[in-house]
Amino acid sequence: MSTFPSELRYTHDHEWLRAQGATWRVGITQFAVDQLGDITLVDLPNVGDLITKGQRFGTIESVKSVSDLYAPVSGRVIAVNATLKDGPEQVNTDPYNNGWMIEIEAADKSELAELMAVDAYTKHVAAQ
Amino acid sequence: MKRTPLWDAHKQLGAKLIDFGGWDMPVSYPAGTIKEHKAVREAVGLFDVSHMGEAYLRGPEAKAIVGKLTTNAVESAPPGKAVYTLLCTPSGGVVDDCIFYKRSDTEFFVIVNASNRAKDLEWFRDHASSGCNVEDVSDQTALIAVQGPKAVAMVDFLSGGTVAGMPSFTFRDAEVAGVPVIAARTGYTGEDGFELACASGDAPKLWAALLQAATPLGGLPIGLGARDSLRLESKLPLYGNDLDDDHTPLEANLGWAVKLDKGDFIGRQAMLAQKASGLPRVLVGFTIDADQRQIARHGYAVIDPAAPGAPVGIVTSGGPGICVGGAIGLAYVPPRLAEPGTKLSIDCRGKPAPATVVAGKFYKRGKA
Repeated sequence: MSTFPSELRYTHDHEWLRAQGATWRVGITQFAVDQLGDITLVDLPNVGDLITKGQRFGTIESVKSVSDLYAPVSGRVIAVNATLKDGPEQVNTDPYNNGWMIEIEAADKSELAELMAVDAYTKHVAAQ
Repeated sequence: MKRTPLWDAHKQLGAKLIDFGGWDMPVSYPAGTIKEHKAVREAVGLFDVSHMGEAYLRGPEAKAIVGKLTTNAVESAPPGKAVYTLLCTPSGGVVDDCIFYKRSDTEFFVIVNASNRAKDLEWFRDHASSGCNVEDVSDQTALIAVQGPKAVAMVDFLSGGTVAGMPSFTFRDAEVAGVPVIAARTGYTGEDGFELACASGDAPKLWAALLQAATPLGGLPIGLGARDSLRLESKLPLYGNDLDDDHTPLEANLGWAVKLDKGDFIGRQAMLAQKASGLPRVLVGFTIDADQRQIARHGYAVIDPAAPGAPVGIVTSGGPGICVGGAIGLAYVPPRLAEPGTKLSIDCRGKPAPATVVAGKFYKRGKA
């Protein structure tokens, strides 16, 4: 069983968020990566796009399957990891750093309070 | 869930196991599907395919019964020959695709798809006679595939130099690492190699010896994920995806394995009629155009870009071309859209992806 970084916040859909000043960087957890297998393509929104909590903002293709990425909070996309276009395997090798996906400026700060801390997320994974 | 005799070995290797038709099978090992796929193309890979079904058809009428059940010229093959064939229904739909191994006119061995084992055995028994006994030996038989450019020399070494001279699609009794096997020069990857059938109890010993020999050659154990991506790159059909009882072998582009002039067999009349009236649809290979960022998958609709509207076909298999690049797939389309170079549009979850029909295999192995 993986252990998860304690400084991050998590969603039930196995995404992590890291506070970067006033914005939040988003990626997927090691648990999600283990479920997906080798990732071959990550389709992300454009900088400036508005995304809505719980709605699809992108897709991940692995060798075997395609999965949706759901917005963890509502807000504006202020950065996208363009290196994933030619290097999607970074999500497999380094999901919490080089494998990050987008940065969001949250529209409604109260949504951030609904994210899980590491203990709650670890329990969520254990129950899967 | 059912386990193969190599389940403990997979666990020890750190495999990720999934439920595959009721079997707890490795989908990948820690190297991951992409590295496993490349190891088979560049070195050698070991596959536990013990979940597949094996049976013998024996008796004075075995030749006649096998002739009726199969579309290819299985019954008239020389002893020692392995023959890929379809089993068809009277309407020409595919019951299964499988390989028959002819020992003599009175003894045939057959390996069938795991998911179809019960159905196939019932099909054999329904059509057998008192002169042809059907024996299911699946539970006491393990099957290990050894595939890749280094596979033949490696297995030959472990067999004391007794198998390298075997032509493609032949089999013989041999000993590999001291284990009695049926060694067949066959596979499901597009690479050279062997499929080795042995007694279940001997499988761990054979697997360990093969793994020990393969590792210094850059070889890896290979999960079902890479098995699927390898067969797709080599345009080998998968039953349940590309083949089923709604499509005939002629539609599936397997006419080469249907010998309409060999004498009567189940499905022959339907296929003769279909040949006369024209095929309603045909299985083609396609690539998603290079500038696109989509992968077509099983079940996605095919649209005719020259006449957009209702779907005209369906994707049966699709995925990334791990060694050939891009995204590749197979689809049933009307014959007017089957010519190589024809433009298609695939509905990738609401986004149209331009694609092009391509001839032949996506991946072709170089001559050794």
